Formats: sequence, structure tokens, C-alpha cells
Amino acid sequence: MPLSGLDIYKLLPGGQKPPHPKANCKECGFPTCLAFAMKLAAKQAELSACKYVSPEAAARLSDAAAPPIRLITLSANGHKLEVGNETVLHRHEKTFYHPPGLFVRVNDGDGLERVRAVAEQVSRYVVDYVGMPLSLDGLAVAYTSGDPEQYAEAVAAVCKAGKKMLILMAQDVAALRAALAAAAGRTPLIYAATADNWQALAEVAKAARVPLAVRAPDGNLEALANLTAQIAAAGVEDLVLDPGARGFGDSLLALTAIRRLALKQNLRSLGYPVITFPGEGASNSCQEAALAGQHIAKYAGYIVLDHFTPATAYALLVLRTNIYTDPQKPIQVEPGLYPIHNPGPDAPLMVTTNFSITYFSVRNELESSGRPGWLLVADAEGMSVLTAWAAGKFDAERIAKAVKESSAASKVAHRRLIIPGHVAVLMGELEEELPGWTIHVGPREAVDLPGFLKAAW
Amino acid sequence: MPVTIPQTKYAGKVREVTIGATRAEGGTRSRTVTVGGETTLPFLLHEGEMPHPPAVAVEICDRRPADWSPLLYEAWGEAVNDPATWARAAEAAGADLVLLHLTGPVQRADGSTPTAQEARQAVRRVLEATGLPLLVFGPGIADLDNELLVAVAEEAAGERLVLGVCEDKNYRTLVAAALAHGHLVDGRTPMDVNLAKQLMILIRDMGLPLERVLMDPSTGALGYGIEYGYSVMERLRLAALNGDAMTQQPMLVTPGEEAWRLKEAKVGDGGVPAAWGDWAERAITWEVLTATTLLHAGADVVCLRHPASVAEVKAVIARLMAGGKDGK
Repeated sequence: MPLSGLDIYKLLPGGQKPPHPKANCKECGFPTCLAFAMKLAAKQAELSACKYVSPEAAARLSDAAAPPIRLITLSANGHKLEVGNETVLHRHEKTFYHPPGLFVRVNDGDGLERVRAVAEQVSRYVVDYVGMPLSLDGLAVAYTSGDPEQYAEAVAAVCKAGKKMLILMAQDVAALRAALAAAAGRTPLIYAATADNWQALAEVAKAARVPLAVRAPDGNLEALANLTAQIAAAGVEDLVLDPGARGFGDSLLALTAIRRLALKQNLRSLGYPVITFPGEGASNSCQEAALAGQHIAKYAGYIVLDHFTPATAYALLVLRTNIYTDPQKPIQVEPGLYPIHNPGPDAPLMVTTNFSITYFSVRNELESSGRPGWLLVADAEGMSVLTAWAAGKFDAERIAKAVKESSAASKVAHRRLIIPGHVAVLMGELEEELPGWTIHVGPREAVDLPGFLKAAW
Repeated sequence: MPVTIPQTKYAGKVREVTIGATRAEGGTRSRTVTVGGETTLPFLLHEGEMPHPPAVAVEICDRRPADWSPLLYEAWGEAVNDPATWARAAEAAGADLVLLHLTGPVQRADGSTPTAQEARQAVRRVLEATGLPLLVFGPGIADLDNELLVAVAEEAAGERLVLGVCEDKNYRTLVAAALAHGHLVDGRTPMDVNLAKQLMILIRDMGLPLERVLMDPSTGALGYGIEYGYSVMERLRLAALNGDAMTQQPMLVTPGEEAWRLKEAKVGDGGVPAAWGDWAERAITWEVLTATTLLHAGADVVCLRHPASVAEVKAVIARLMAGGKDGK
């Protein structure tokens, strides 16, 4: 719960009763303590500028300024994976900030060959989505062999396979120490401290300066909160929660409750990212993907999969990108000329805007129609056709500019341009802007494009 | 320290809508399907009611559509050539509802335009083949939809069909047909909270009780705008629970149609990047993940195309409806 300017003022020298001798001293660079408090509330000033604030007040202020869900950072080879720091329950309220890390689990007990093969496959995997390369974040190495040396070898093999993040799933101190040595230079997550072993694991995490996951049984949030409070008091502050829920129903309840408690009740002991294991609650890999999908939409910070296939990885990476897209900043498509189905010089040329959904709607219809075509995407500042037209971002001048700046004229032998039906009014003006071109008014809705092309081209 | 699970209580409630009518109710269905009635966000069963599980509608066509993915022809086999056989196959696949999509010139291999007589016949045959409640959607061309659906409404009078899709350009005709012959409508608007509300008001003002209206906020498939549909649905459902009467309709979405028209679903191995993985696995995962994600945003009816997806989505719904007991 952030403090208001007036709350902060009461903690500064000027807000004390009786007044502090240094009230409104101006040394911070602001005319009064109240003005400084307002700047602090707006996060436009630093508390360190005030030399006279009491230690108790400073502690309260920094506590209030801490995010309700702690930011946890893993690292590997100079890359970082940050999760946490979320501020809302629903993405439309603001946005979701830090996409959950997607990991794949390997067991050291399955043998080095198997571990290496999966690690290489996961490390290499990258898929393009609207020009963005998407990839998985890392591997979770589970200690199933009972041999610390074998575990360290497995971790070393995973490190060698690529530059991915690591989760060390082991509760044996010797195995963890060996694995941490093998993963030197990375910041892995240790999984997981429980009521029985937390002292030993907290010591390991503290010495290695790595975050520690904490597990309580069966969605028991009270047990979980008590455990994290104990571990934080012992000096390990970078924690990750496993509420122990594994199914669709109980996971949704547990993760929703944790997010609400952290945000709405400012419960510090549950103000950490959550780790999930959808494979443990699923009967097959499709169910696992569906449960991982729930965890992407509903509040996970790390998702550890048991099955890796390119098809499910692609779907989950796209879902993660979609859900974590800032609703205020829609994905824009790069303006330019897009070929559909290997079009030739006689294929139709159509223009639309660079709002991603507009582009996708048109592209989908063209693709599903099976007909070749050239899709010219004009820079309309990421707005849909009607909005852009109303805002003057999709007028004759802009469309003509898009035609001239693209290679359209050299790619098609004809001089015919199809414009969206919603901007039929631009036809005359466009013919003036583009001498020698014939303007055709297409359908208003993308869905009618295949029929239009069948009839009119 | 004690931790109390927060429970949000809402003043509003989603309307209950019953699809289909049994003989006693003036139709011929062997059962009806009721959706809606929620007093909480999806599947948060510890703080409110969700009296009916979301329903799965399986989409079939009046004749073999020309533009479906090869994987779907493979899955349904000969059934795609006959709506009655297809309806029985859909029921066998676990459908709660059957969505009969009437094909138009674009979806037909011969480019022919369906007649009202053909539409009547197709609906009659499907009604005879299955006892499940039926949704009937037109080809998506406003004038043609009106012509076909008015005939369908008359042919199936009293069956409490869901007629769709009912949009701002044709709602008058479809709502009038629903009023005259005892049906429901699927009111679709393009991913916008205010437009959705506005259409509900227009439909209500024509006299159709809101207990006979599904709200269809439009679906974007995974990767193709799902986040817009998802957030519009979350906003609509929150508005409904907070008492906005014009948003308190059960929501219908069409993840099957949206997911199966994509390159991801239509183009097989070889024609797409290797990172896209196995074709069938990708296509089915795409449909399932689109559907289950939208269920979490408040979908009450999900329309699907592939029988394997139906099984997966139904399994997910059953587990979500188990609430906190799931996974134990």
C-alpha cells in the first residue's frame, strides 16, 4: 500500500508535533517538507536528500516503498530473468510486467545422455512470432540419483548446453553445494525449503546469494506464510512460493489468493513470485499445456514443465507474450509489403493499417482463402482502420506514401490498389495522390475479403 | 500468524440462460443446457456460486465445407458429408450442444448459394439425429443470414435454438425471428465492452427477454488477438458481478473457428518453420489453449471443432469445477 504525500509528510521533520528543529530547512532542495513529501509520493525525489528524518520514519518509508511482490532475479551468462513486482489482478487495470519464466525439468537420475539431449533441445529452441524471437528460459534439474557427484555433472552438462537459467531441485545440502559449484557464474533458484529442512537450505542459499523457493503442503497458505517469515528473519529475503497446489481448481484458488493477499492486504510473507509444476497435475501433455496456460494468465512467476515439445512450447510462448502485452501499447506490425502465398506480379495488392489485430484479421482471411496476394501495411501508428482514418493517420497521403516507400510498384505488373471499405471516401483523393493507379474499394470487414477477391479480381 | 483467504463478495449475478426445449417445453430435445448464474469470477468457487459448468458446443456444417483444415476432415471422416451423421458424431465426441453452421458461397466448393429450403432441411435432419440443444449460425453474409435463419426459426419453432450471429447490422431480423418462434440469439460485437452493452440494450428494447440472449464478445485466437478478447471478457464479467445489468449475460466464444482458420492449424509439416512442431499437436493445442484461456476469462459456451479438443477442454472444465478439491 503506497503512502500518500500527506502520510509521508507526517514522517518528515516538518510534520512532527512539536516541530522538529530542522522543519522546512530547505536542504533537500525543496521549499518545504510538504513539497518534498509530495515529490517523494510521486517518486520524483529520494528520501536520502533529507538528513534529518528519524531512522524509524525512514524504515517505515522504505517499507512502504517496497513493491508488494518482491522482484526476484535469476541470471546466467549475463542474461537476467526478473519476475515479481506485479501490481494488478487483471491486466486491463494496468498491465502485467514480468512474464513468468518457462522451464523444462530434467532428472539427473535419467542419465547424462538424456539430460544433455533435453538441455540442448531446450537451449536451442527459438520461434519467431510477429518478428519477435521467443524462447524458453531455462531448465530445472531435479536430484533423483542420490549421488551428489552425478547431480553436479548433470548441472554442468546443462550449463554447457546453453546460456539458460537454472532451477536446482534438490534438498540435499551436499548435492546443492556441488551443483552450485558446477553452476558458478549463474544465479540459480534453489527448490525447495520445507518446514523440515529450511534452516539448512536457508544457509546454503544465503552463502551462495541465490533465491530460495519455499514449499508448503496442499495449498496451506498459513503454513507457507509462517515459513517464509521464519526464513526471511534468518536472512534470506529473495524467496519464491510453492503453495503445493497441483490441480486446475486448487491452483487457481491458491494463486489468486496469494496475489490478492500480496496486493490488497500487503501481506509481506506472501509477497513473492510463485513457482508451479503443471505436469504434476496433468494426465497428458495437452492438459499440462492447458494448466500452464492457466498459470500464465493467473499469476505464476516460474512454470516448470515436464514435457518439452516444439508445438506446446510455441503455443505457451505466444500465450505468454499475448497476456503480458501492455493493453495501452498494442503490438504493432512493421509497415511494409507482405507477400501471402508466394504472389506473382498479377496478384491483388491490398492496403491496411499496422494495428496488429487489423493486420492479423486481414492476413488470416487471405491465408485461409488460399489465394496469393500482396498485403501493404501502412504506418497508421498502430490504430485500426476506422480509428486511424478518424485520427488522420490513415488518409490518402499516408496510403500513397506507403505505396511509394514500399516495393509494391516493382512487385506488381498492374496498377490497382484495394483499400478497406471503411475508407471508401478516400478513393478520389488517392487517385490524385497516385497518378496512374486505379483504386478499388474492398469490403469493410476482413472476413468478406475472400468473397470479394473471388468476385472482383 | 493467521492467514485468511480473501473472499470478494459481489452484488451482481450473471443471468441463467437455458438452451433447447424438451417435449414438455414445446420442443423435441432430450435435454436442455443451462449456462450462467455465476456470482463470482470464473471457478473461484470458495467465494460464490457457479451453478452450471461452461458448455462445449461442437461445430458441424450443413454440407462438407471447402475451407477446413485437412486435420478436421481426417478426424471426422465421412461424417462431414452429412449433417445428421456429423451431429451424431459430435454427440459421441462429448458435445453438450451442437452448433450447426450453414455454409455460404465462400465455404462451398461449388460456390453455390444455399436456399432457405436447404437450410430448413439441414436443421430438420440435425434435430432428428440428435437430442442435444442446437445453435444455428448463418454463413456470415448479413442478407443471406437473415433469409436462412428466418426460415430456420420457423422450421424449428419452439426448440429454443440459439440463432447467430446477431450483430448490429442484422439484429432486428434475427431478434424478430427469435421472438416469433421461441428461440434465443447470440449477440456478437467486435471486442468492445460498450458495444457489447449497446447491442444487449437494442435486443432487449425489441422485447426479447435477456434470459434468451447470449453475449458474444468475439474471439481472437491465441497469437491473433486473444488478449483483447480475454480482457474485454474479464471487464464484462467484472461489470456484471458489480451490478451492471446490461453485461449480465452468459458469454459465448468461438475458439474452434478462430484457431482452425490459422496457418498454424491449416498448414502441415514442411510448409511452416520447424519450431512450430508437430502439426496435429500444434493445431489441437492451439484450439484447446485458446478455449481454456477464455474459460478463465468467463466464457460460458465454447464452440470447438476437433473431437480431441472437445475431450481435453471437457476434462479441464470438470477439474476446474472441482474447485479446491481438484488436485487433492
